[in-house]
Amino acid sequence: MYKQLDNQYILRKRPLDADTITLNQKRIYILPSRSGFILALVLFAMLLGAINYNNSLAYALTFLLASVTMISLLHTWRNLYKLQINIGKYHPVHKGATIQVPVAINNPDNYPHLAIRLAWPGQEPTHIDLNPHEQQWVRLTTPALQRGYQPIGKLVIYSRYPLGLFHAWGNLRFDQRFLVYPTPSDNKQLPPVKTQNNADSGGGKNGTHDFAGQRRYQNGDSLRHVNWKALAKEQGLLTKQFGGEAPHELVLSWHQTDKTEIELRLSQLTRWVLEAHQLGLHFGLELPHLELPVDHGDLHYHRCLKALALYGKPA
Amino acid sequence: MIAQQQVKSERFRDEQSQPPFNGIIWLLAAMLLVIIPHLFRLPIWISVSCLTVLGWRVLAEYHHWPLPSALIKLAITLGLVAATYLQFFTFNGLLPGSALLTIMLCLKLLEMRCIRDAMIMVFLGYFLVTASFLFDQSILSGLYLFAVVFALTTALIILNHPLASSNNQRHYLSLTSSLLLQAIPLMLVLFVLFPRISGPLWTLPSDQTSAKTGLSDTLRLGEITQLAESQEVAFRVKFNQAPPPANQLYWRGPVLWHTDGRNWQDISPQSPLRKLPPKQQPQFSGDAVNYTVTLQPHKQSWVFALDLPTNIPNNVSQQFDYQLIAKDQVDDVMRYSVTSYPQYTTGEPWPLAHSAALQLPPQHNPKTQALAQQWIQHGLTPRQIVDQALEFFHQQPFYYSRTPPALTSNDPVDEFLFTTQRGFCEHYAASFVTLMRAASIPARIVTGYQGGELNPMGNYLIVRQSNAHAWAEVWLASQGWVRVDPTAVIPNERIETRLDTQRFQTTLGDALTAQQSDWITQRIYWLRSSWDAANHQWNQWILGYDANKQRQFLHNLGLDNLSAKQLLFMLLLAIASIVTVVMSYLLYDSTRSKDPIIAGYQHFCKKLARVGIKHLPSHGPHTFCELACKQLPHHEQQITTITQCYIALRYRPDQSRHLQEFLQLVDQFKPHKK
Repeated sequence: MYKQLDNQYILRKRPLDADTITLNQKRIYILPSRSGFILALVLFAMLLGAINYNNSLAYALTFLLASVTMISLLHTWRNLYKLQINIGKYHPVHKGATIQVPVAINNPDNYPHLAIRLAWPGQEPTHIDLNPHEQQWVRLTTPALQRGYQPIGKLVIYSRYPLGLFHAWGNLRFDQRFLVYPTPSDNKQLPPVKTQNNADSGGGKNGTHDFAGQRRYQNGDSLRHVNWKALAKEQGLLTKQFGGEAPHELVLSWHQTDKTEIELRLSQLTRWVLEAHQLGLHFGLELPHLELPVDHGDLHYHRCLKALALYGKPA
Repeated sequence: MIAQQQVKSERFRDEQSQPPFNGIIWLLAAMLLVIIPHLFRLPIWISVSCLTVLGWRVLAEYHHWPLPSALIKLAITLGLVAATYLQFFTFNGLLPGSALLTIMLCLKLLEMRCIRDAMIMVFLGYFLVTASFLFDQSILSGLYLFAVVFALTTALIILNHPLASSNNQRHYLSLTSSLLLQAIPLMLVLFVLFPRISGPLWTLPSDQTSAKTGLSDTLRLGEITQLAESQEVAFRVKFNQAPPPANQLYWRGPVLWHTDGRNWQDISPQSPLRKLPPKQQPQFSGDAVNYTVTLQPHKQSWVFALDLPTNIPNNVSQQFDYQLIAKDQVDDVMRYSVTSYPQYTTGEPWPLAHSAALQLPPQHNPKTQALAQQWIQHGLTPRQIVDQALEFFHQQPFYYSRTPPALTSNDPVDEFLFTTQRGFCEHYAASFVTLMRAASIPARIVTGYQGGELNPMGNYLIVRQSNAHAWAEVWLASQGWVRVDPTAVIPNERIETRLDTQRFQTTLGDALTAQQSDWITQRIYWLRSSWDAANHQWNQWILGYDANKQRQFLHNLGLDNLSAKQLLFMLLLAIASIVTVVMSYLLYDSTRSKDPIIAGYQHFCKKLARVGIKHLPSHGPHTFCELACKQLPHHEQQITTITQCYIALRYRPDQSRHLQEFLQLVDQFKPHKK
């Protein structure tokens, strides 16, 4: 359910193939590695020796190794060629935590692609071996640096297999972005419950105190309110409804935070949303220019966090 | 800029990581193979130290011992390098150089930490294999070192596979094979077309320590016996016409002039004669013999040819005594074509040579001198004296023996002629020349090879070290220098070894002439001949491929007078086309599975792709089926059946779905849009 939510509401919905990058001629670059240059030096010395001693087998070996080097360039290049990479579904995290990005690499070929490495530039790579026609998922991690949308950035897929003499790489620029929620503050104290003074509040809202009958279960209803006895009697999935005043109805307001700095306020609000959701409370969120009415459930929870994450940022 | 640096750092950082255990073990095994040929050549203490270091590293890998500290490494390195210097007193030269390289390679094992270190070890290994070729270029050595290159390359592959496991062993081996096989066409093109330069780029250090077996420039009575035992090939000869009879096959080598009564030497290097050509060109008569000699390296500058050569190659000069000398020492296989005339008349020698041919130490061998004086007093002409001497060897009980008694007295020729009377060619040649000089007939010893064995497989003559021979030449006023072989007059029954009688009579191999040669002997002879023929081809086409041969080869292709630029262009063109061919081979139909079930399904997907339904990697068969049915409802039944069939075959192989049925369904499936 959580993942569905992610997919439907939090991530921008795009067709899957647009997320798949196939490494083709235009995307693969290849250059000699440092070891490749060292071998070139050694081969040059061998050639000088062969010329000087007019030694046929020394010539033959030098040429054989030079040819193997050339052929290994083709193999290294082919090691990346035709690989298909796409980004999987991932969970939003709070700023300062680590984002885990599932990446799928698919090998459409009937030969293995070994020693493939995938990394953000400058970071420790993940090693992948792909058997023929195999698809593998790997989890790449990156720190969530700021709230709001963080671009995936450039991923590098590279390989030096089989001989390590050439470094072939492809830059993967996925245009997806992660959503990063603000860091929750340490202060777990919820603001005082603000009782709804409006007289007409009783009808529409569902409280938790006085039993007021039951209705069909709806997505988002708390499991604590499910009428389990009725379920056992095979009367279907029913939710118990409570009427009356809603003393736990909470509106988390921008103005309730005792901080003045925007980020600190957002941080405090985030903590409150977390706590309130954990306690199963019904809560609303009031930000300048944005008001989310009192509600409950995972959907509402994530909507609130997203609002906090994107506060003051372009959507 | 920063981004570029990041890319760079990541490109090189991985080379600093820990190499996989599997790769290190392969590397160490390959290293052992690399140094084995060197160990046989190097002093024993170097071999032992190298093996110790190698063994230590193997144990260290298994037991996770730490590598030695910088101070210990420095001490060991300095110690070994100093010891090497004390051994050779130089680092210049092949043997000291390869000793130093081997030691350095083994010492590098003490500090090999990261992948790049290990890769450098592999490269040094390649280099050391090249160094091995400078010592030995035989077929067997070539095969062995190719196997070593295979092992080194496999080690390189495993080192570059961070998740290496022993399960992949077969993959590594087949990958190495395909890399090497795909490289061979390129290598051949480079080998044939790469512009060859004749002559070294800088002067080579000469190595006296690694002198090969062969003739020497000094004849000490009793030395050629060692050669007589050796089956090593001295040179091979391909005749352009039928080879001359065995008794004319005298391959001229060093000519010995100067004697102290026991030892015979080449004329001194200071002698002015050294720089002179023959005083007169000999007059030739009869048929010319044209042939090509493939000379094995012997680390001397002598070049062998039949008596008497003319039309000698450019890099060879003829001395005043008709000896052929190459400009450089023969360190590699040398091929040359010569024309010889077995019948010739030489003219006058240089006056200096005339006196050198009469030199004898005055107080030595009195009996021999007395015998010669006796012949002169009988009033014999020089020609009659020569015949008389030969008659003397024939009549007296002289025996041809490879194991003669040692000549210990101060007058060895006297002792041989009048006491022991057992010896081989050099005894006969030396005593004959002494007799002649004592009779005032100019005479000299010629060393070289006699005879040879015709190889029926390649139809060429093999001359081995066991064919080494010494004979005499006397100068007679009417004929000039005349060859006299006193050994040849010893009757067959007085020759102890059958092979020695044979070589003056036939060029056929032992197995073909011996009466009692059985089937096995014949087979062995056949094998030996084939092996030698293979070696001959190897020498001619591979080891002997040089600037001349390259020109000849291009000429045969019809590519005369190519400029270096054109040759280079051709080379690049050939490389580009081969690389293209290999690339298309590598990418040819790579997605098609070898599994017929998967291949069938792929075919099915391809057919759907043609009508716009693309199969993505994320699609399972079920998902794809639903997708396809939604878009092509009129094909729903076919698509579903094929998918079910595929799933059954692939994932529930025990159920009785037939592969043929499935492939037929796929074959008949012809989707079209409505």
